[in-house]
Amino acid sequence: MEIAAIFLPLLGAFIAGFFGRIIGDRGAQIVTCAGVLTAAVLSVILFTQIGFGGPEAARTIELFTWIDSGTFEVSWSLRIDTLTAVMLVVVNGVSSMVHVYSVGYMSHDPHRARFMAYLSLFTFMMLMLVTADNLLQMFFGWEGVGVASYLLINFWYEKKSANDASMKAFLVNRVGDFGFALGIMAIYIIFGTVEFDGIFAQAASKADATFHFLSWDVHALTCACLLLFIGAMGKSAQLGLHTWLPDAMEGPTPVSALIHAATMVTAGVFMLARMSPVFEYAPVALEVVTYLGAATAFVAATIGLTQFDIKRVIAYSTMSQLGYMFFAIGVGAYPAAIFHLMTHAFFKALLFLGAGSVIHAMSDEQDMRKMGGIWKLIPGTYVMMWIGNLALAGIPFFAGFYSKDMILEVAYAKHSAAGSFAFWMGIAAAFMTAFYSWRLLIMTFHGKPRASEKVMAHVHESPAVMLVPLIVLSIGALFAGFVAYPWFVGHDLEHFWSGSIVMLAGEHGTIIEAAHHVPGWVPYAPLAAGVAGIVLAYVFYMFSPGLPGAFVNSFKAIHGFVFRKYMFDELYDALFVRPAMKLGFGLWKGVDIGVIDGLGPDGAAAVTRRLSLASSRVQSGYVYHYAFVMVIGVVALAGWFLLAR
Amino acid sequence: MADVPILSLTTFLPLVGALFILLIRGEQEAVARNAKSVALWTSLITFIVSLFILTGFDPSNPGFQLVEEVAWLPAFNIAYIKGVDGISIWFVLASTLLTPICVLASWDAVEKRVKEFMIALLVLETMLIGMFTALDFVLFYLFFEGVLLPMFLLIGVWGGPNRVYAAYKFFIYTFIGSVLMLLAILAMYLTAGTMDMRVMVDYPFPSNMQIWLWLAFFIAFAVKTPIWPAHTWLPFAHVEAPTAGSVMLAGVMLKMGGYGLIRANVQMLPEASFFFQDVVFFMSIAAIIYTSLVALAQSDMKKMIAYSSVAHMGYVSMGIFAMNQQGLDGAMFQMLSHTFVSAALFLCIGVAYNRLHTREMAAYGGMAKNMPRYAVVFAIFMFASVGLPGTSGFVGEFLTMLGVFEVSTWYGMLSATGLVLGAAYMLLLYRKLFYGKLDKPEVKAMQDLSMREVAFFAPLVAIVVIMGVYPASFQNVYNPTVEKILADHQASLKAAGLIEVEAPKTAGLRTETPATQPASEN
Repeated sequence: MEIAAIFLPLLGAFIAGFFGRIIGDRGAQIVTCAGVLTAAVLSVILFTQIGFGGPEAARTIELFTWIDSGTFEVSWSLRIDTLTAVMLVVVNGVSSMVHVYSVGYMSHDPHRARFMAYLSLFTFMMLMLVTADNLLQMFFGWEGVGVASYLLINFWYEKKSANDASMKAFLVNRVGDFGFALGIMAIYIIFGTVEFDGIFAQAASKADATFHFLSWDVHALTCACLLLFIGAMGKSAQLGLHTWLPDAMEGPTPVSALIHAATMVTAGVFMLARMSPVFEYAPVALEVVTYLGAATAFVAATIGLTQFDIKRVIAYSTMSQLGYMFFAIGVGAYPAAIFHLMTHAFFKALLFLGAGSVIHAMSDEQDMRKMGGIWKLIPGTYVMMWIGNLALAGIPFFAGFYSKDMILEVAYAKHSAAGSFAFWMGIAAAFMTAFYSWRLLIMTFHGKPRASEKVMAHVHESPAVMLVPLIVLSIGALFAGFVAYPWFVGHDLEHFWSGSIVMLAGEHGTIIEAAHHVPGWVPYAPLAAGVAGIVLAYVFYMFSPGLPGAFVNSFKAIHGFVFRKYMFDELYDALFVRPAMKLGFGLWKGVDIGVIDGLGPDGAAAVTRRLSLASSRVQSGYVYHYAFVMVIGVVALAGWFLLAR
Repeated sequence: MADVPILSLTTFLPLVGALFILLIRGEQEAVARNAKSVALWTSLITFIVSLFILTGFDPSNPGFQLVEEVAWLPAFNIAYIKGVDGISIWFVLASTLLTPICVLASWDAVEKRVKEFMIALLVLETMLIGMFTALDFVLFYLFFEGVLLPMFLLIGVWGGPNRVYAAYKFFIYTFIGSVLMLLAILAMYLTAGTMDMRVMVDYPFPSNMQIWLWLAFFIAFAVKTPIWPAHTWLPFAHVEAPTAGSVMLAGVMLKMGGYGLIRANVQMLPEASFFFQDVVFFMSIAAIIYTSLVALAQSDMKKMIAYSSVAHMGYVSMGIFAMNQQGLDGAMFQMLSHTFVSAALFLCIGVAYNRLHTREMAAYGGMAKNMPRYAVVFAIFMFASVGLPGTSGFVGEFLTMLGVFEVSTWYGMLSATGLVLGAAYMLLLYRKLFYGKLDKPEVKAMQDLSMREVAFFAPLVAIVVIMGVYPASFQNVYNPTVEKILADHQASLKAAGLIEVEAPKTAGLRTETPATQPASEN
């Protein structure tokens, strides 16, 4: 069953990818959807077995040896504990919905089979990532989802912008992988193994070890954890390595929903949660994670306020929410981070697919300035978007409310400088989240239509094959938080996680317990911020539409800076991309051809040429030269033997 | 099978085929056709025969096996000795596998002097196999030099317009290396009194002599590998060589350098190898970073792949001189992986070149649309070259980096930048060839892969994936030998008083708590 849940998507991808032309588009859709849907059902069964079965239910299935090099031994294996089981449900669940949705969304595309194959391939890689039993297999999944993401962003490969975005995504992620790879090596040196069980068993005993990294003696676990975190930053678009995520919206919308919202970008959060037994002994690393996560949550939210592309707004919102998950991890509340990961997967996939439905209705228009006044025309999508936004804004009883509140409570309960920073950044981001969510809703659905009449005449509700996945996801966005609260972060927590996540207890118990004893106003703060944001959005965009323009005009410089995404792209281009190209060209023309050849072979050749001008018969002449020299060598050798004896 | 001289049989079968081709007479077209089929059959049969080497080989035995020994010049202690160990066996098989692929790849691409071309290819195969199986230094030297003749002809006769310059460069580099190696071999013979490489491996050469011998060998092999800065002949040789020449050059000939470094420098001159470790690291890292950047600046696709070869071989030299299990293991694997991946990439470029006759990337674009099969094959090898886990490229790259990281975190970190740089130029290449609008009429007219082309890509795809998913099956064959080499190496260093403890020098990890033995779990 475990094997089926993980390898069925691969089988689907294989059949659809290599035999797509034989079985046709419909066949490819059926094969891949069936594979992933079955896997999703199996995942739910596994989840109930393992989540409620206590510690004995977790299992590891070893498949076969992968790399065997002395003490460095790695196997392909499937580790399924509660943490993995949660991810299985999220990945296979969202993926199956996206598969079904894509049947409708991509119905006009000539390459449907290829698209479905890529989606299933991605799903498989993501499953390999979450079921990994060692860091190297996780790296396999990690890079695998990167490739799938690259292929899917570039699905419409004739578009230059898609080419650029896909390359950027892969390369920025590779920068993160550079850190991840070094982290794996550091872990191997520290622990002598890259398998999780072996690492976790020794974590406590290595708490005080030091490690000579580069030229400095550093705390071993902090060093390793920070290196791993660089990997997580790349994949989860944390500030500094985030520039690829907004551009990744070049891919088809179902891709954005599955990869760039619900699953792949959360891989970094998953990795850190998986490594919780080690991170718990690296408090400095955790503090870095907290600051960076909080900064990401805040900065991404500010950018989200200014964007006009509907998908980019949601993309920055994703980045911001990932920031929440990271600072939750930073304060040591791994279950809260995974809880938010889970609820976020539902409501953000819902929002993206809803946005896709809008784009579909608006004849592929993504600019919100050219939308408006369509809520009566597509009521189903409208309702779904409301549910998604309510969940995102953290309105009570919607999924996001439970998880976001929990995260802000643990940040407060940490009672550290980093925790407080994260708390206030989180509150500010919560306010902005609500604001841009309702800005999106109002600009997209309300007001006077701003699209051309031809487009407006064509606006239509999406077919059932697209609406049904939306409904399923909206059920998740409605109830996931309420239902799962007791298991993930409530009183069933210990039985539920049963050791798959480790939290060291402080003087007031674990951080989650501490979070239940925060002052009374703390749990209401995010709600107040959210409601204030919604109200302000109505004021700005519904009741007095002149305000946004006036506001922007009075803060032109700041707005421009934020609107241009803090100039990260320009900075990186000037710092890395162009110098690398220039350096490459300079090294080639200057050093390779100039210095090395000039001093070496060309110089020698020039000398030889002068000496051998008389006997120069070019062309094959050199062969004889060469043969001649070789014969001389052999003769010399033989002669020398004869003389020497 | 025990009394069949299987190694000699494998070595000289291609030569027999070449003789047959030599005897073909008749009309030009018929000659060409017959020469091609004889070459194909000869190389296929050689490949099948070479499989018996693998079946007769006992992986658990770290020493030389299937040894054939015939007295040759007994007065001088020179003999005809052949044998394989874990280090050389895969290279023999790689040679026998790539040759039929090269014959297939040249089927239509070579139009003039087909007969001579096939002869050169088969002679090249003989020389390569002879080199990898030779256990006597005279024999080794003969084959080592012999490889260059057919290669020289392949470039010089069937090469591109600038072949004279390329051949010149090739000649000057290798000439210097060969002379030095010959001198070193003579000096070793004088000291050890034998040309038997099996004896040399255990012979303790005096420390100060090792330094000079090491330098001589290193220059010879650094040219072959090639190690920066002795690499500048390679891009020219590749650019001018016909596809089959490039495939053999990148696939097998470069491995002569890595093989020699292990066999001569590491095994015979352990103290000098220890002494020069940092130098080799520096040169290897320079190769990885420098040539990756240079590759980024190329507009000629063959040159880009040639430079990427230098970067990939940088991992090999670095791994070899890390002198630990992961490093040497990774270097072996990286060489094997590079054999197939670079060969496949040059074949891929040959596919495009045969159709459009230009190597300029800008002349292509949007081929994913009209050549989907080609796009898939190219993508697989691109990702293998980038070192994607699950392909062969990852295992070698990761293990060598790990091996070096264990010795020095600085070098380890610098080498890991190759992860980013390597991806950058390969993605750039792929994008320029396959993505964008298909708007050039001559590109639009190109045909997707023929069945013949699929036939030679299929085994390479299979190998690259199997090596990536189940590398242990390849590692198991050479691991005992690698372990023995390292153990011998440690023993020699200890005897020379260069290291005190059992463990190799590793980046410093200190635990305050009582040191637990790493990897005591599982």
